[in-house]
Amino acid sequence: MDEIQKNLLEAVADLHEIPVGAYNIRSNGELAGRSTTDNIDIVTKTDKQGIDIYVKDGTRNESMHIPVLLSQSGLEEMVYNDFHIGSNCDVTIVAGCGIHNSGDGTSRHDGIHSFFVGENSRVKYVEKHYGQGDGNGENIMNPTTIVELGRDSYMEMDTVQIKGVDSTKRMTSAKLDDGAKLIIKEKIMTHGKQTAETNFEVDMDGENCSTDVISRSVARDESHQIFYSKINGNNKCAGHTECDAIIMDGASVSAIPEITANHIDASLIHEAAIGKIAGEQLIKLMTLGLTESEAEEQIISGFLK
Amino acid sequence: MIELKNVSYTVKDGDKEIDILKDINLKIDDRFVAITGPNGGGKSTLAKLIAGIIEPEEGTILFDGQDITHASITDRANMGISYAFQQPVRFKGITVMDLIKLAAGKDISVAGACEYLSEVGLCARDYITREVNASLSGGELKRIEIAMALARSTKLTVFDEPEAGIDLWSFHNLIEVFEKMHEKIKGSIMIISHQERILDIADKIVVISDGRVAAEGRKADILPEVLSGGASCKFFEKRK
Repeated sequence: MDEIQKNLLEAVADLHEIPVGAYNIRSNGELAGRSTTDNIDIVTKTDKQGIDIYVKDGTRNESMHIPVLLSQSGLEEMVYNDFHIGSNCDVTIVAGCGIHNSGDGTSRHDGIHSFFVGENSRVKYVEKHYGQGDGNGENIMNPTTIVELGRDSYMEMDTVQIKGVDSTKRMTSAKLDDGAKLIIKEKIMTHGKQTAETNFEVDMDGENCSTDVISRSVARDESHQIFYSKINGNNKCAGHTECDAIIMDGASVSAIPEITANHIDASLIHEAAIGKIAGEQLIKLMTLGLTESEAEEQIISGFLK
Repeated sequence: MIELKNVSYTVKDGDKEIDILKDINLKIDDRFVAITGPNGGGKSTLAKLIAGIIEPEEGTILFDGQDITHASITDRANMGISYAFQQPVRFKGITVMDLIKLAAGKDISVAGACEYLSEVGLCARDYITREVNASLSGGELKRIEIAMALARSTKLTVFDEPEAGIDLWSFHNLIEVFEKMHEKIKGSIMIISHQERILDIADKIVVISDGRVAAEGRKADILPEVLSGGASCKFFEKRK
């Protein structure tokens, strides 16, 4: 692995070198490293690009890293990763995509991640997207996440896209069984002329299932963001969706929450707030000795922390 | 220390001009000064002029002899002026620890930050990692605001109604905080307040009413007049 790839790996997976536990590193469309454990198996798909990950029933306190790196300008790929999580598991999955585009071609990674989470399992899924490059080529990432949560299972999904992705269209859909809980925390910052669109659709089909979809974003310069969040309460359930955005410069943000209750005991809430940084926040930090731009950075980094 | 010379501040309401402060002349070099007077009299405006949040239409503001009339908020903060807001600001994602660190202007330890928080009666362990967001009550925010001023410990600290929103039960402790600060701090403390107990510990009291300095002097001279609601002090409403 060269320096550029190592840097990308660090940015998307907080990894300085090859991780412990199970991992699968995809670099420029090819397998760059894989490790499996007694409980976690990774198998290359034969009908299309991608892998199947199998986690045995009762696997606890194990983690796996599934980073994707693109450093070859102009590479476009579509990858399918399916995670089959057994029952009574407790695992952490770190996925991410880093693009370094130093040429003029468009680099594009479209990933479809499907999660089938067994009964009573807990999954923490962390996904970071990061782009860099000194060329004129665009970095594009379109992640799709499909989640099926079994009875009494729990999944927390943390997604972060802070830098360097010119265009992204993120689709996340989930179906929840009885007692399942899904927490989604999304953080996005866009610069320049970047665009980001995120779509969440959660079907709460099971009794006593719940979801909390939280998005925090900052749109700077001339960038544009759209946030769609659709929650359907089809049973006795509790759902909450929240979009909180800071706009700066000439940016624009749209938040379009939609909540539908199809059951008398469905309790659903949506909240959306968009605005510039409050003047009094800047003033407060300036009275502590920060300059206006230092105050701005402090407020943004806290907001996206 | 801080000196205001012929300072006036006006706001426009449509075509009308409303004088908030009129030709204020004030010199504060005492260690503990209380500013009092009726609501709407111009006290908070005075604090904002000193902190640099607003600039006067006329007049000069001197800090340690230096003209700071047009200095930025940041420059004044770095010169040694602190300002504790009447209504503290909330920040999503920024923790109590972050703010105390920023106030101290250096990377302080958790134990160091805890000291400031304990001074204002907050059990530090419970608060240090809390976000300064809507989950904190108004009273808690006020105490954090005071802890930040303690962490800064600058030449001049202006508190705008620190007692507002603090329950009576902990008010006693608040007085102790200021008494302690009074002993410790090398600079001046200026407190805008309606509280008799705070006026009572001040070296000097300034009464601001209707945009003017209505009375100014040692507490022994001013306080009896203020509290008796004497003829010259009709503007002052004693609070229970």
